[in-house]
Amino acid sequence: MTMITAAASRALQNQQGSTGKVGTGPYLYLFPTVIVTVVLGLLPVLYQVWMSFTDFQLANIRPDNPPALIGLKNYIGVLTADQGVIKVADFNFWKTLFFNLWWAVSSVFTTIVAGILIAVVLNSQGLWFKRVYRVLFILPMVVPTLVVNTVWRNMFDPQNGAINIALMAIGGFFGLSKEALQIDWLNSIAHPLPWFFPWQAMPVQYFAMMLSNFWRGWPWVTIVATGALQSIPTELYEAAGIDGATSVQKFFNITMPLLRPAIVPAAILSFNWTFNILDIPYFLTGGAPFHETELLVSWLFRLVNEQRLYGVAAAFSVIIFAVSVTLFFITNRFARATEAADS
Amino acid sequence: MTANSKIDPNAMNRRDQIVSQIILLVITASVLFPILYVIGLSFNPDPRRPTSLVIWPAQPTLDNYKQVLDHPTANPVSFAQLALNSFGLSSGVAAVSILFAVFAAYAFSRFQFKGRSEVMIFIFVLRLIPGVATLLPMFLLLNRVTTSSTVLGFIIGVAAAIILFAVVSWFVGRLRDNEAGTGAIGTLLLGLIIGGAIAYGAYDSINKGEEFILRNSLYGVGIAMVSGGLPFAVWNLKGYLDTIPKELEEAARIDGASFNQTFFRVVLPLAAPVLAVTFFLNFMGNWAEFYVSWQFLTDPSNYTLSMTLWNIVGQYAANIPWNIFAAYAVVMALPVAIIYLVFQRQIVGGLTLGGVKG
Repeated sequence: MTMITAAASRALQNQQGSTGKVGTGPYLYLFPTVIVTVVLGLLPVLYQVWMSFTDFQLANIRPDNPPALIGLKNYIGVLTADQGVIKVADFNFWKTLFFNLWWAVSSVFTTIVAGILIAVVLNSQGLWFKRVYRVLFILPMVVPTLVVNTVWRNMFDPQNGAINIALMAIGGFFGLSKEALQIDWLNSIAHPLPWFFPWQAMPVQYFAMMLSNFWRGWPWVTIVATGALQSIPTELYEAAGIDGATSVQKFFNITMPLLRPAIVPAAILSFNWTFNILDIPYFLTGGAPFHETELLVSWLFRLVNEQRLYGVAAAFSVIIFAVSVTLFFITNRFARATEAADS
Repeated sequence: MTANSKIDPNAMNRRDQIVSQIILLVITASVLFPILYVIGLSFNPDPRRPTSLVIWPAQPTLDNYKQVLDHPTANPVSFAQLALNSFGLSSGVAAVSILFAVFAAYAFSRFQFKGRSEVMIFIFVLRLIPGVATLLPMFLLLNRVTTSSTVLGFIIGVAAAIILFAVVSWFVGRLRDNEAGTGAIGTLLLGLIIGGAIAYGAYDSINKGEEFILRNSLYGVGIAMVSGGLPFAVWNLKGYLDTIPKELEEAARIDGASFNQTFFRVVLPLAAPVLAVTFFLNFMGNWAEFYVSWQFLTDPSNYTLSMTLWNIVGQYAANIPWNIFAAYAVVMALPVAIIYLVFQRQIVGGLTLGGVKG
C-alpha cells in the first residue's frame, strides 16, 4: 500500500512538474478570491493612498467636487501633530504609538504569565475538581469583547460600580478606609504608581484597560498551555525527580522549554489582537484622560467617524499600515529566534 | 517526603492541594464575579445600580427581558429585526468568505503554479492591515454605488432563484444516486433557508421603492466585512489543508478522478469540520462587529445588536437603565457563548491554525 501511494505521489509530482493534467484548475479556484481581494482589498488601499495626498473633506464626498492635492501635508501633520492639519486637541502620534506598543506588550506579558501558571496548577496530578475549573475558566472567552468592555465600563463606575464596592468590601476586611478605595477608574486624571513606570507614568484608565483585557485574555493562554502540557511525557518529571530536581527547577528546565513551541505563536497572535483592539479604548475608557489611553485604531476611528477629517485619516491609515507591516516582521523575527534557540 | 508521595510520587500532597484549591477558588470568584453581577442586574427591577454588593436582587423580575425582547431602545426597531439583521449579516459574511476562501486555500495548499507565491504574498499583506484602516475608503467607494431598491430587488431575486435551483437540483441528483443521507438533507434545508431569506430580502427591497445607497445598507456593511474576513479565512483553511495527508487525493487521481471531482468528493468532506469551525469563528467576530456598521448605517431598521448595545450605554452619560443594559448584554452574549461552549475544543484548535504559519 505504501509503495503504491509513494509511486502515485511520484507520478503526481511529475505531472505537476510538467504542468500537465492539473492545468488551469488552480487558477480557476483562485480566480474568485483574487477578484474579490483586488476589488475589495487592493482598490480601497490604492484609493486611500491617493486620498492621503489630498485635503479630502466631507464636502468632497460628492463625485463632482474632487479634493485638491496637497502633497505630504497630511503625513507631516499626523507625525508632528500640526494643529493646522489635525484640528483635534491632544493628538500626538508618537505618544499614541508608544502607549499602543506598551499596552500590547504589557497586556500580552501579564496574560501569558498568568495563563501559563494557572495551566500548570490546573495540570497537577490528583487536583480536585479539575474538570469543574476547566469549564468555569472558559467563560470569559465566550463573551464578545464588545459586551465585556461595556459591562466593565459599568462596573468601573466610581460611585456604585461593582469593582469599587467589591474593593471596599475586601479592603474593609483588612481595615482600609472606604475613601482610599473609591477609585475614579474612568474619569480621573491621576497617574498612580509612578515608581512602577520610570519612563512614563500611566493613567488610572490604563489599569482599568489591563484588568478588562486580563480578565478576558488569560483563559485562552491557559487552554493553549494546557494542550501543550498534556503532551509532555510524565517520565521527564519522574526522571528529574529521581535526579533531585525541585519543582521550580522542573518548571524552568522541562515545562518552559516544552511549552515554548505552543506559546510563542499564541503570544504573537494575541499581540496582534491586543495591538489593534478597538473595543477596549473605545467602549471602556473612551480614550480618557485627554486621549492618553487611545490606541492607533481608536484614534483613527475617531478621525473618521467623529472628526470626519478624511484626508488626514487616510494618511494616518497608511501610517498604521506601515506600523503593522513593521510589527509583523519584528514578531516573525522573534518567533524565528526562539525557534532557533530550541534546536 | 510525606507518606502520600511515597505511594504515588506524582500525586499532590495535602498542603499543595489546599494551596492550589484556595488559589483556584479565588480565580473562580474573579471569573464569575462580572458574569454573576450582570446576570443579577438583569433581573433587578430598579434601573439604578445597587449601592451594595448584591448578586441576586431581592425582588427579581423578568420585565427587563420582556422589554429588551420587544423594543430595547427608543429607536423604532424591534428586537426581532435587530437579531435578524445581526444574524443575517454574520452568517452571510461568514458563508461568502468561506465559499471563496476554500477554493483558494486548496489551490495554495496543493499546487505549485506560476504566480503562486506572488498571489499568496498579496493576500497575506492585505491580512496585515487592521480592519479600521480600510474603513474610510470602503465607506467612500461604496457610497458611490447607488441604484433604486427595485432594481436591487430584482438582482437579489435572481440570485435567490439561482441558489434555490442549485440546491434543489443538487439534492435531486443525490436522491437519484441513493446518496441522500442526513448530511444531504441538512445541506438541503440550510440551502433552502438561506435561499428563502435572500428571496425575502428581494421581496422586501422591491416593496420599498426608494433610492438605494450600497454604503447605507447591510449589503454594503457585509461587503466591507468580507474584504476583511476573506484573507483570514484563506490563511486558516490553507493552514488546515496543509495538515491533511495527500495520499487520498492522489489515490483518487490515479483512479481517474478529475480535478473538480477530487476536490468535491475527497477534499471537501475531509475539510468539513474545519469549514464549520472557520464559519463559527468568522460568525462570532461578525456578531460583535461594531465599527463598520456604526460608520455605514443610518436607518434604524438596519441596525445591528452591537450598535444597539452602544446606543443603550454610550450616548446618554447619565440615567442609563442599567437593568435593561444588563438584560440586553446577556441576551446578546448568550447565542455565541452557547456555540462556543459546545464546540470549544474545535474552536480553540481552529484559532491557532492561521496564526502558526506565517
